[in-house]
Amino acid sequence: MVESANNCDKTLPNKAQLKPPNIHIGVIPWLHKNLFSGLFNSVITLLTMYLLFLFIPPLFNWLFIDAIWTADNRNACDAEGAGACWAFISSRFPQFMYGFYPEELYWRPNLTGIFLIVLIIPLFIQRFPYKYYLSAFILLIYPFIAYVLLHGGYWGLEVIETAKWGGLMLTLVIAAVGMMAALPFGIILALGRQSEMPVIKSVCIVFIEFWRGVPLITVLFMSSVMLPLFFPEGTDFDKLLRAMIGISLFQSAYIAEVVRGGLQAIPKGQYEAAQALGLSYWKSMGLIILPQALKTVIPGIVNTFIALFKDTTLVLIIGLFDLLSIIQQANSDSYWLGFDTEGYIFAASVFWIFCFAMSRYSIALEHKLHTGHKR
Amino acid sequence: MPDPGSILEMRGVHKWYQDFHVLKDINIKVSKGERIVICGPSGSGKSTLIRCINHLEEHQQGEIVVDGIIMDADLKHIEQVRKEVGMVFQHFNLFPHLSILDNLTLAPVWVKKMPKKDAEEIAMTYLKRVKIPEQAKKFPGQLSGGQQQRVAIARSLCMNPKVMLFDEPTSALDPEMISEVLDVMVELAEDGMTMLCVTHEMGFAKKVANRVIFMDEGEIIEENEPEEFFNNPVNERTKLFLSQIIQH
Repeated sequence: MVESANNCDKTLPNKAQLKPPNIHIGVIPWLHKNLFSGLFNSVITLLTMYLLFLFIPPLFNWLFIDAIWTADNRNACDAEGAGACWAFISSRFPQFMYGFYPEELYWRPNLTGIFLIVLIIPLFIQRFPYKYYLSAFILLIYPFIAYVLLHGGYWGLEVIETAKWGGLMLTLVIAAVGMMAALPFGIILALGRQSEMPVIKSVCIVFIEFWRGVPLITVLFMSSVMLPLFFPEGTDFDKLLRAMIGISLFQSAYIAEVVRGGLQAIPKGQYEAAQALGLSYWKSMGLIILPQALKTVIPGIVNTFIALFKDTTLVLIIGLFDLLSIIQQANSDSYWLGFDTEGYIFAASVFWIFCFAMSRYSIALEHKLHTGHKR
Repeated sequence: MPDPGSILEMRGVHKWYQDFHVLKDINIKVSKGERIVICGPSGSGKSTLIRCINHLEEHQQGEIVVDGIIMDADLKHIEQVRKEVGMVFQHFNLFPHLSILDNLTLAPVWVKKMPKKDAEEIAMTYLKRVKIPEQAKKFPGQLSGGQQQRVAIARSLCMNPKVMLFDEPTSALDPEMISEVLDVMVELAEDGMTMLCVTHEMGFAKKVANRVIFMDEGEIIEENEPEEFFNNPVNERTKLFLSQIIQH
C-alpha cells in the first residue's frame, strides 16, 4: 500500500518538462516597461533624473572630492571651496570612540571588543560543536570579564570610573547590556502574561503596561534624579548602572509584547503534543514553543533592538557622554566651531552602520532557521 | 479499587465546558491488549473523552485510573500517566522546527533521560516499523500528510507506551494516504498494543477492534463487539448513525 503510493508517479508516462517561456528582456524593453510606459510616467522619470542630477554631484563633491580628510588645524577647512571638514572628526576620533577613557588604557576597551568578536565568530561556523557552551559563556561569564576589563579594580587593573566612559564604547556597552538583559527578562514576562496563575499574570501585566506607558526620557530622569532620593544619604549608586537598569526594564516590556505575539501564533496542537509526550511546562516551553515563537518574531525583536540602540542616545540628557552627546560637545568646541554638519553626519553614519548590520543579520538568521514548514 | 486486570478505567466521569455538559457518566474499562474504537457524530464528546485520559482536558467528576495511577490535579500523577500513554492527533502536531529524528528522540531524551545515542537507535527502529527510515533527516514540512502521521505514531511509540490513544488519526488525510496510516495501526494492534481509537474508519473497526463504543451527546449509547455492533445495532441513534455513514 505504502509503496504503491510512492510508485504512482513513476509508472505514469513522463511528459517532457517544458521550459518556461523566454522572459529575459533587454535594456530597452526594460526601460520602456518600467520607466517610460506612458506620458505621465515618462514625465516623472525625467523630472526625477533632473533632480538627481541637480543634487547628487554637488553632494558627492562636498562629501568626498573637496573634503578635507586630514589637517592639523582648521585653516584648510576654512579655505575657499573646501568641502566637508573630516579633519574635525579625525582630530577628535579617539574621544568619539572612548570618551574620556585614559588614552594609555585604550587597549582595555579594545581587548574587550576583540575578545567578544573572537568569541562570537565560532557561533557562525556551522560545524562548531560547542555552540551551547560558548553561548552560555558569552551570556553568563563574558559580562563579568568585560566589566573587569573596562572598569578595573581586579587583577591589578586600575579603576576607571564609569563617568569617564564615553563615545561609541559607551553606546555599545549600554546597548549590549540592554539587549542581553531585556531579551531573557522580556521572554519571562511574556510567559508570565500567558500564565494561568492569576497572581503571576497580573504582576506581569501591570509591569508591562507600566513600562510601556511611560516615555524613556521619564525613566532616565527618574533613574538619575528621583531614585537617589529613595536611598539613604551618601549611597553612591553608579549613574550608568541606573541608566542601564532603566533602559533594560523599559525595553523588556516591549520585548515581552513582541514575544507574546509569537507565542500566540503557535498552534494549540504544539502545546498539546508536547504535553502528551510528558514534557513539563519549562521543557515544553524551552524545547518546543519558544524556539518556534522566537523564530517567528525575529523581525519584531530586531526592530526593538534597533530602537533600543538608537534610544541609547537619550542618555545624554542625564549627563552621560554617548557617541551622539560627545559629538555634540565637540561641536561646541570654540576652536572647531561651525562643523556641526560633519559631526552629525558622522554620528548618523555610525548608527546607520550598526543598525543596518543588525537588520541584515536578522534576515540571514530567518533564512537559516527556515525549515520549510509553512502550513 | 482499581481492577488489577484492567489498564485503564473510567468510572462515572462527567465533564462540563462552563454550563455545557460534554461528558455524562462515562464508564469504560479497558483490559491490557484490548482495541477499542469510539465513534459517533461530531460534537458527541468522543475526542473530549480520550483527551481526558491523558489530562489534556480536565474532568470534573468521577475517576480515571491509568495503570493504577489515579488521575487528579496532581502534576506528578499527570506526568506519570503521560509517560505511559501515547497520543496521535488529527493534525499530527509534529514539531516543525525539529528534524524527524529529533521529533522522535526529544521525549525519550528529555523526559526519560535516555542517552541521545540510545534514543536515536530506538527512533530508527520505529521509523523502520512505520516504513520511512529514509526520511529521518528531513523536516516535517517536507513530508506528506500520511508520512507525517506515521512519524507521529512512531514518536509516541518511542516512549514505549502501555496505551495508545488515537484522535481521528486519518480525518485530515487525503484519501490515498489513509490506508498507509491504517496499515501501521493494524500492525500495531497485531503486536498487542492497547488502543483507544476515535475514528470513522469502519473497516478498521471491523478488522481490529475488540469493542466498538458509540457515543452521542456526551453519553455512551451502545457498546458491543464489532460484528454485533454493525450487524445488529440495538439503539435507534446507532442505527441512524450507521445508516448515514454507510449510505455514501
